[in-house]
Amino acid sequence: MNQQQSAPEAAAPVMSLKGGGLSFGHRALWQGLDLDIRPGEFLAVLGANGSGKSSLLKVLLGLLPLSEGRLERHVPREKLGYVPQQKNFAPDTALRARDLVALGVDGHRWGIRRDRRRVHQVVDGLLEKVGALDYARVPVGQLSGGEQQRLRIAQAMASDPQVLLCDEPLLSLDPRHQNVVSALVNQRCREAGTAVVFVTHELNPVLPYVDRVLYLAQGRFRIGTPEEVMNTETLSELYQGHVEVVRSHDRLLVSGIPEQIHHEQEEVD
Amino acid sequence: MDPNSFWSSVFNFDNYGELLALLQNSLWAGAVLGVLGGLVGVFVVKRDLSFAVHGISELSFAGASLALLLGADVVLGSLIGSVAAALLLGLMGLKAREKNSLIGVLMPFGLGLGILFLSLYQGRAANKFSLLTGQIVSVDTVQLDALVVTAALVMAALAVLWRPLNFASDDPDVAAARGVPVKGLSLAFMLILGVSVALSIQIVGALLVLALLITPAAAAFKVTGSPLLVVLLSVAFAVTATVGGILLALGGSIPISPYVTTISFTIYLACWGIGAWRRKTGRNGRRLRVAEQRAAEPKGVSA
Repeated sequence: MNQQQSAPEAAAPVMSLKGGGLSFGHRALWQGLDLDIRPGEFLAVLGANGSGKSSLLKVLLGLLPLSEGRLERHVPREKLGYVPQQKNFAPDTALRARDLVALGVDGHRWGIRRDRRRVHQVVDGLLEKVGALDYARVPVGQLSGGEQQRLRIAQAMASDPQVLLCDEPLLSLDPRHQNVVSALVNQRCREAGTAVVFVTHELNPVLPYVDRVLYLAQGRFRIGTPEEVMNTETLSELYQGHVEVVRSHDRLLVSGIPEQIHHEQEEVD
Repeated sequence: MDPNSFWSSVFNFDNYGELLALLQNSLWAGAVLGVLGGLVGVFVVKRDLSFAVHGISELSFAGASLALLLGADVVLGSLIGSVAAALLLGLMGLKAREKNSLIGVLMPFGLGLGILFLSLYQGRAANKFSLLTGQIVSVDTVQLDALVVTAALVMAALAVLWRPLNFASDDPDVAAARGVPVKGLSLAFMLILGVSVALSIQIVGALLVLALLITPAAAAFKVTGSPLLVVLLSVAFAVTATVGGILLALGGSIPISPYVTTISFTIYLACWGIGAWRRKTGRNGRRLRVAEQRAAEPKGVSA
């Protein structure tokens, strides 16, 4: 996969989970999770719905406390960027593309914006980076999913993040836009050395960029390079049933994930 | 009722100048409430709290009628009622559906209590009626001062919370991820809303608070996508409705609320029409490369 695989290993982690565990009531989502997130690393988090992928992001954001173990964060709180999944804004939401990005610039500050010109310039720069200048003045409710997700990346980059936490940003996008959005995240990762934690249930669009995969399933998990995790043996062991992984060119096809989980996935989607 | 007496009770401009001088305080009160309603209304629409406003105003009405019955300060009574209702809704922190059913449960209870207190009240009938439908009270200077001070405090609080409140209202998930105290802001806004409802009830009455706290903002959202312009328009519409309503209602014998509601509704209709026309013509600010090129080409070349 990525040629620089060994390079990120050397740098000190920006965030670490030490024996982290998360459970809701009696149901343990994952336990004993040791994870170092290093600068410039692209980590994909995979797993069926309900396996605790999004909860892991909430833990990293500090919005959800761990049930056991601890979280170490070595970067300031405001250096965490967050890219959410695409959502439907009402068509008359009073928020244009540039305003959505501006929320990332100074939306968290108290009071009223007084440096309008500076914010305008910063937003222009961010819009240009993600190629969204053409629709800067269009209300977000009238943008396509792909356009919205470009803005989300610009919005997250506004704080010059050292860690980019992405929560299924490709969901409900067509393949072309999945590739565009993945490439933008990767660009940030490589150019600025930003660590990326990318929650997704489709690995293929990000497969060319991924350094490591964290696969969560049925309370168990595996961490490793895509080759180490995404194979018939490892996934079969994780799911404790036969799961077949076929590699065809640059794509991975996974089949045989237990029925019950499939159902869960359909219901939530 | 013959047409002539109908019109003279709706519109009557005899001795208008004298009346105007007499009711200057009411006009100022209307203007202040318009500004407040326009500002708060923007967040009511953003946070989808229209129904909550209605629920809060019914409990505010109950508080006001209890105060009337006990001979206490009516404004204070309505303030206690609405702030209690707003905080209750805020603290429950429910999902939209549950919240709406809770409001649906509270609303008739508040209205019922209010009617009970009013029927026990032995004083002037006009006092009772005005709680529900509003009136141009001859606002005295002391009342005006109290109103202005309260409204100024609420607006100052809004100004401090402005950016994070917008962030939390427009984009709650990302705001929370960014460390914005979304829950605290929600509660703070409910408090602001409670106070604003109580103040507005004095002018438009408990039944028609929506005309001041929602219609102007909803109209503004129809015509602009700019977060700043939406606020300015909402305030302009609300002030037009309250001040215009008072000016029209001065001489007639009818409460002020039908004038205010009619003006707001007319503005809303116009804005809705403009918005629909824009959607139809596809004007949304997108820069279209193809269209620009075509326009730049000399005529006759493109067949």
